[in-house]
Amino acid sequence: MSNWEILWGARDQFWSGFASTMAIFGLSISAAFAIGCGMLYLLEGSRPRLTVPVRVFIDAMRMLPFLILVYLLYYGLPAFDIRLDAWWSGVGALAVYHGCYFAEIFRGARLTFPPGQVEAAKAHGFTKGKMFFRLILPQIVMQTRPLLGNQLIYALKDTAFLVIITVQELTAAANSLSGTYFIPTEAFIVVIGFYWAVSVVMEIIIKQCGRFSAKRGFDHV
Amino acid sequence: MFEKSTSGPAGSGQPTPEQSALERTAPDDAARSDRIAVSIRHLSKSFDGVEVLRDVDLEVREGDVVTILGSSGSGKSTLLRCINWLERPDSGSIHIGGQRIGVNDAGRPMPVRELAKVRARTGMVFQSFNLWPHLNVLHNVTEAPIHVLGKSKAEAEALARDLLEKVGMSPKADAYPSTLSGGQKQRVAIARALAMQPEVMLFDEPTSALDPELVGEVLAVIKDLSAEGYTMVIVTHEMAFARAVSDQVVFLEKGLIIEQADPETFFTHASTERVRQFLERNEG
Ligand SMILES: Nc1ncnc2c1ncn2[C@@H]1O[C@H](COP(=O)(O)OP(=O)(O)OP(=O)(O)O)[C@@H](O)[C@H]1O
Ligand SMILES: [Mg+2]
Repeated sequence: MSNWEILWGARDQFWSGFASTMAIFGLSISAAFAIGCGMLYLLEGSRPRLTVPVRVFIDAMRMLPFLILVYLLYYGLPAFDIRLDAWWSGVGALAVYHGCYFAEIFRGARLTFPPGQVEAAKAHGFTKGKMFFRLILPQIVMQTRPLLGNQLIYALKDTAFLVIITVQELTAAANSLSGTYFIPTEAFIVVIGFYWAVSVVMEIIIKQCGRFSAKRGFDHV
Repeated sequence: MFEKSTSGPAGSGQPTPEQSALERTAPDDAARSDRIAVSIRHLSKSFDGVEVLRDVDLEVREGDVVTILGSSGSGKSTLLRCINWLERPDSGSIHIGGQRIGVNDAGRPMPVRELAKVRARTGMVFQSFNLWPHLNVLHNVTEAPIHVLGKSKAEAEALARDLLEKVGMSPKADAYPSTLSGGQKQRVAIARALAMQPEVMLFDEPTSALDPELVGEVLAVIKDLSAEGYTMVIVTHEMAFARAVSDQVVFLEKGLIIEQADPETFFTHASTERVRQFLERNEG
């Protein structure tokens, strides 16, 4: 039996690892997006009491190695009597970490948002919340689309770190198969294929979304 | 509230929903109301210790068109922007249809929601259009009526289509702002402001960012509005237009109103030397 045949025989393990990776990725990236939007909204305020801590938090997260954040949540939180299982620790770490990156991307775009549009919104009777969610945020998202796409790929790759805290995802599957049958090269080539395939599909989707924003004059595809 | 012949309490608020903006009858001059749409008293404002507006008093009657002239930096935009509280005055008071803006009855700064409501009684058109680029033309016009006034989508769209027709932009209802010319953008911006059915329209140099050949189409729309009896305050550098459309011309110089007259008097017998100079330099 060739090494590839062995792996084919163990395809169920790959599939369940892949399904787990996609579930973690989907959930954490949605949460990260919401966190990023929420932080941008908090930064809209003019009270430094609120905006300064948010800025500090964003920077602190961005400057932290992801693996250490995962360790902190999984091994560190129990010291405060908060126990998350490996799966939820992983999802939480990804969501917060990439949420801060999203927030930073949004913040950069917000700085160059035309003030005239905000004035037009105020002049038409908009208050902060509706102005943010209906007029500012949609434009910021369209404008930052390429950067967001990039961040999605980083987040996908970061799911692989969760093998360290025993989450049964794609990399864990490859790890365990390579250990059982001593075929690391083939096992890891297979998971690389998975990661690449998902990344390529995401790139295509993000490109397609680009048409939507290009029609509105945001960028050129 | 553009129907000068019907009486009611000043600033009685929005017209009933059944009245589309187009159904309002144009007032004839004989019936011109003496109700005050905008009243500005003792308005002062400085930026970084420099006085930009100094004790400005101005009254705009309902149905009147008031144009504000003055050289660059004289405080025209600041005055206009104080009217809807985009700029916060240092002192003085501003009433829109009898309601004070920015300060509540207890003399405290207005809560944001209340401020937004008073602001919505004015419509503003900016020099740089400031359309929302992610929304098409129709949705630019319906956005605030739906999400600020709480109108139904159907009602807002019907009104928006009427208004786009009025400004000659119906064929572009589905276009996005980035595909429009400056003149077209400005006409959409006018429709967008009208859709709030404001009691007074504020224009800050609506044609200054336009190529010369596009100025006419925007001025024509504003002229139509004045004929329909809209109350408007217009900052402009278009002298012929100001003369044709105004009921009152105000000249600002270093934050002071130094001349205020009907257009005939203003353009032919200005009483101050400064205004005569200005008019000579801006002939045409
Ligand atoms: N936000 C601001 N901060 C500081 N100074 C300001 C601000 N806005 C306006 N000014 C100053 O106030 C003065 C009046 O400005 P304003 O924009 O009202 O003039 P204007 O009459 O509209 O001029 P223009 O014809 O050039 O538009 C100018 O000296 C300007 O530099
Ligand atoms: Mg100005």
